Amino acid sequence: MTTFEVSVEPRVAQSLEAMLLIRAFEEQSAALNAAGKSPSMCTSVGQEASAVGVMNALDERDQILTNHRSAGHLLARGADPRRILAEILGKSTGYCGGKSGSLHISVKELGVVLTSTIVGGELSLAPGVALSRQMLGGEGIVVVFFGDGAATEGIFHESINLAAVWNLPVLYVCENNQWQAFVHRKETMLADHISTWGASYGVKSQTVDGNDVDAVTAAAKDAVAYVRGTRKPFLLETYTYRLRGHMEPDPASYVDPAELQSWKERDPIATYEQRLLDEHAITPAELDAMKSRVRARIEDAAQFAMESPYPSFEELTTNVYA
Amino acid sequence: MSTHEENAMTTMTTMTPEAAMAEALAEEMRRDATVITFGEGVATKGYALAQEFGAQRVRNTPLAEGIIAGTAAGAAATGLRPVIDLLFAPFLTFAMEEIVNSAGKLSYISGGQFSFPMVTIARTGSGWAVGAQHNQNNEAWFVHSPGLKVVMPSNAADFKGLLKSAIRDDNPVMFFADIGLLHTPGEVPSGDHVVPIGKASVVREGVDVTLVTYGKTVHSCVAAASTLEENGISAEVIDLRSLKPLDEATVLASVRKTGRAVLVHEAAAPCGVGAELAAIIAEKAFSSLRAPVVRLTGPDAPSPASFPLEAAFAPGADAIVEAVVKQVAN
Ligand SMILES: Cc1ncc(C[n+]2csc(CCOP(=O)(O)OP(=O)(O)O)c2C)c(N)n1
Repeated sequence: MTTFEVSVEPRVAQSLEAMLLIRAFEEQSAALNAAGKSPSMCTSVGQEASAVGVMNALDERDQILTNHRSAGHLLARGADPRRILAEILGKSTGYCGGKSGSLHISVKELGVVLTSTIVGGELSLAPGVALSRQMLGGEGIVVVFFGDGAATEGIFHESINLAAVWNLPVLYVCENNQWQAFVHRKETMLADHISTWGASYGVKSQTVDGNDVDAVTAAAKDAVAYVRGTRKPFLLETYTYRLRGHMEPDPASYVDPAELQSWKERDPIATYEQRLLDEHAITPAELDAMKSRVRARIEDAAQFAMESPYPSFEELTTNVYA
Repeated sequence: MSTHEENAMTTMTTMTPEAAMAEALAEEMRRDATVITFGEGVATKGYALAQEFGAQRVRNTPLAEGIIAGTAAGAAATGLRPVIDLLFAPFLTFAMEEIVNSAGKLSYISGGQFSFPMVTIARTGSGWAVGAQHNQNNEAWFVHSPGLKVVMPSNAADFKGLLKSAIRDDNPVMFFADIGLLHTPGEVPSGDHVVPIGKASVVREGVDVTLVTYGKTVHSCVAAASTLEENGISAEVIDLRSLKPLDEATVLASVRKTGRAVLVHEAAAPCGVGAELAAIIAEKAFSSLRAPVVRLTGPDAPSPASFPLEAAFAPGADAIVEAVVKQVAN
């Protein structure tokens, strides 16, 4: 641990380790599902740089809303993999006491107001969370993650228009992973980029290579500074790719192998590892140490989640009302 | 006129339900700085409110019911108490996702981490001849959705008192305003008049039959009860006021006393509040029944614009009298 901190530039190391943690977590979830030990979930494999890069730009004042593919966002925000996995398994030790499962995890203590599995639900609540920031004070901003599919929902347009008209501090992060469940983005929109839609609402927008964590971090820092300073919305599109199926299990035989291959070659983790090794920013030994640390955390998380109890039956009807 | 618990010392002011709602909102905004209100034309029509509380707390919105409701839910989860005006109940269809999936469910889904103190106002009912896309009594949809509360007052005092309770409630409350009642003045106790959500009002006591109702048909039931009295039939009239939570205890106590229940509302019968009441009565007061339960409701049809057809939509006093006479003869 000490050697690692001395020899590696901290943020670079942190970004790599955070991405490795997400990948290992998602693979662990998928394995539990394949073994019949977990309900299905939507993994974020391939999109780790987007989650980590954006979170690198936030601080604890900020609030987050996200979508069904949220494990990466939660982990990058610092959520405990044990409690996320427990939630996925429906255990009482999960962040929502097992009532959410994988698809709606919120973590109030980390400012994660919502994971919405209603595609676009996160977009509908985001302006209101930002309205609270606007009216109750503070410098916090609101970040909302959503997919290219969600951008085709009417609520995206209602949301960003309202945020623009009311000057709400919302950073819209569209993770354009080219897929909308079982439908390719190209079938549902003529534009290649969601960011081009921002201009029609008077919202500044940018597309960034979503597979390059340093690029995402830099773009997100600029975007966050803009939103924090102007108290106006910004639309950041992270251009990326969903490397696994829509949900577990999904052999994704509908995916064009050539397209998949070209994106696999741009895997955000493999390319970053190689870059850091090439630049001597990290040694092979440090990388190995990082990977075993991550593996140990995920194994511990799986054990914790598996051993945790289910909620008691009394929980069936608690929290219906506040 | 409902029976209020206020004593004779309370001074009364006569006002319309519309004015009573405006007064309730202004008082609550004065009392609590986190109460805000927005909707299409809210700041324009609520000019006095906008003048007093400013453009931050009283806002016009784009024409987009989904984001109005979603924004209210997001704000409610993070420290504000929004009151949104979605105008007419059929427009709620554009906001169902946000109200039902988010506001209603997320307290539960989050394991109690978040709560959603928000009020959604929607107008409905015959009276303005506006037709089916402005008029549908769809309040039962929300009764059927977990995590929401639903109220529908029948008189100016309850409009005020229930709106104040709704704003103070930590849960999402659907506030249905019957269009046909909005301009009928009534007496409202002055001061901080609060009517608890979940408590029905026994508008008139009786021993032979229980009329359970809400909204404009409260007045038809009261009129019917007067006619019935002349015919020697004593009818008790219960104004539910809250549809969820439903004051089962008051309804059941009355039905156990009278042995007869007639359930009256403007909304259509299938899976409506009357159907729910009939089931509750059958489950919990069956042995007290001296006659089958009767439902009198609006037809299962879109509401017409044509004035006489619209006027015939909700059950009127004559139909209620007829149904009760038949039931008592049974
Ligand atoms: C309102 C709604 N419609 C449809 C679905 C089913 N569904 C779940 S995820 C998904 C695709 C969403 O695509 P996108 O927003 O691009 O996010 P991604 O899955 O690619 O991360 C669909 C259609 C849903 N959950 N909610």
